[in-house]
Amino acid sequence: MLSVNRINTYRIPFTFEYYRPRTLREALEILRSVEGAKVVAGGTDLVVDMKFRRVEPKALVDVSKLEELRYVRLVEDYVEIGSAVTLQELVESEVVRARLPLLWEAVNSMASWQVRNIATIGGNICNASPAADTAPPLLAYGAKLLLTSLDGVREVGIGEFFVGPKRSIIRPDEVLQAIRVPVHPAGYGWSFRKVSRTSFDIAKISVAVLLKVDGGRIRDPRIALGAVAPTPVRARSTERAIESLSLEEALEVGPRFVEGDIAPIDDVRSTAWYRREVAKVLLRDSLRTAYERSLNPGWVHEG
Amino acid sequence: MRVRLRVNGSWVEVDVEPHETLLNVLRDRLRIRSVKYGCGIGECGSCTVLLNGRPVTSCLVLAAGLDGTSIETADYLAKTELGTRIVNALLLEGAIQCGYCIPGFLVTIYAALKSGMIRRGDSTEIARAISGNICRCTGYINIVKAVRRVVAELVAIGAD
Ligand SMILES: Cc1cc2nc3c(=O)[nH]c(=O)nc-3n(C[C@H](O)[C@H](O)[C@H](O)COP(=O)(O)OP(=O)(O)OC[C@H]3O[C@@H](n4cnc5c(N)ncnc54)[C@H](O)[C@@H]3O)c2cc1C
Ligand code: FES
Ligand code: FES
Repeated sequence: MLSVNRINTYRIPFTFEYYRPRTLREALEILRSVEGAKVVAGGTDLVVDMKFRRVEPKALVDVSKLEELRYVRLVEDYVEIGSAVTLQELVESEVVRARLPLLWEAVNSMASWQVRNIATIGGNICNASPAADTAPPLLAYGAKLLLTSLDGVREVGIGEFFVGPKRSIIRPDEVLQAIRVPVHPAGYGWSFRKVSRTSFDIAKISVAVLLKVDGGRIRDPRIALGAVAPTPVRARSTERAIESLSLEEALEVGPRFVEGDIAPIDDVRSTAWYRREVAKVLLRDSLRTAYERSLNPGWVHEG
Repeated sequence: MRVRLRVNGSWVEVDVEPHETLLNVLRDRLRIRSVKYGCGIGECGSCTVLLNGRPVTSCLVLAAGLDGTSIETADYLAKTELGTRIVNALLLEGAIQCGYCIPGFLVTIYAALKSGMIRRGDSTEIARAISGNICRCTGYINIVKAVRRVVAELVAIGAD
């Protein structure tokens, strides 16, 4: 903490080139031709990292105003979200609230109003923090990312995107253009829970659950966790273990298995032990909430 | 880089460097000192201003990207009718101690009342709106009371 306090965060302590392309194509051309260029959207991760000199890009390409990246659209059985849509715009989106309630619940718990007004969903994903709060819901929904460069578009499952803390498979000449999220499956309950220092802060542990109930038995549970491994993770062995169990059985069995699905570390926000114990508690809470909501299919979040 | 900004109602042209934030430009180039530097990393809200009507932490916003946008700061908003009500309520409730956080709170509260983010004036609604503003002195209780007072006044005069 002391070293943090000695850094002057009033300014970014170095300079760089700044590009504000008018089209996505122009952005892609700059990324291809300018050595060391990096995408910036809201800057709520990147500007902080630059103030601390954790990264020193030679050039920034601002994609935050590109209309081509600023839309939320319901297309048949999925919702497509442009990467430069802000978190607050997602909170205010009827389509997201009604069709992707698990993602809505996560975004609604993120940062502060002032930060949500600038931060984008694309930035949250591309920053590739293990604690990125949009990641667990997107993993549970099985979202696809559209990565675009001058060579064309590649579609990547979000499960293959993250490779380590702050590391993903995106290339420096690529832009995350949009996120395709299958609409919330009918009849499924959902729950996003996180523990952080204050209610809107970055998560120490987060859990997203999606499940269906059939004759009192849990079916097709999908569980994803944040901040408890080098990347956001699906808890596959836990999912398998609670398939077809009653709620009471799942509350007993799930927490035992989840330890094997995660690999938490000690850091400034928490210890590994704390993360492991709280992950079990959050899992229990989330299973119960998702179970109850699945019995109440008409229930949606209040706008 | 030249950017045109509508600051507190009038258009200005400013030359900015790529590494300057909106906070830097407002304080150092435009000499608007109601915008306060606290943490510089988006956590305290003392640098809050309205960008196209929405509250943002100006310490994180790159100024070079703001061509054509509209900015409003606490000193300007304080002179509007709603802003005056907020200032008076903060004074009457004893909600100001050192005062450093207050310009940021004023901007957030103004925007929350204007946009309907605070409508009923219950504590969940107020806490949600002002959670991005930190006050090291008051313990928030009187700030929340001040917001309630404004909500009650607005109801009394029949404003929506
Ligand atoms: C006070 C505060 C509270 C916060 N609270 C939370 C929280 O509760 N939960 C949480 O998950 N996060 C939180 N954050 C982190 C941050 O706000 C989010 O991760 C945000 O969504 C990042 O988006 P951005 O647009 O600001 O990204 P930027 O800072 O602009 O970019 C982040 C990274 O992504 C890259 N990038 C951005 N967009 C693209 C794109 N379209 N294509 C390719 N690469 C791209 C950039 O090059 C950079 O590496 C918080 C931050 C602050 C300052
Ligand atoms: S100075 Fe901007 S949020 Fe603290
Ligand atoms: S009155 Fe001193 S920080 Fe709020």
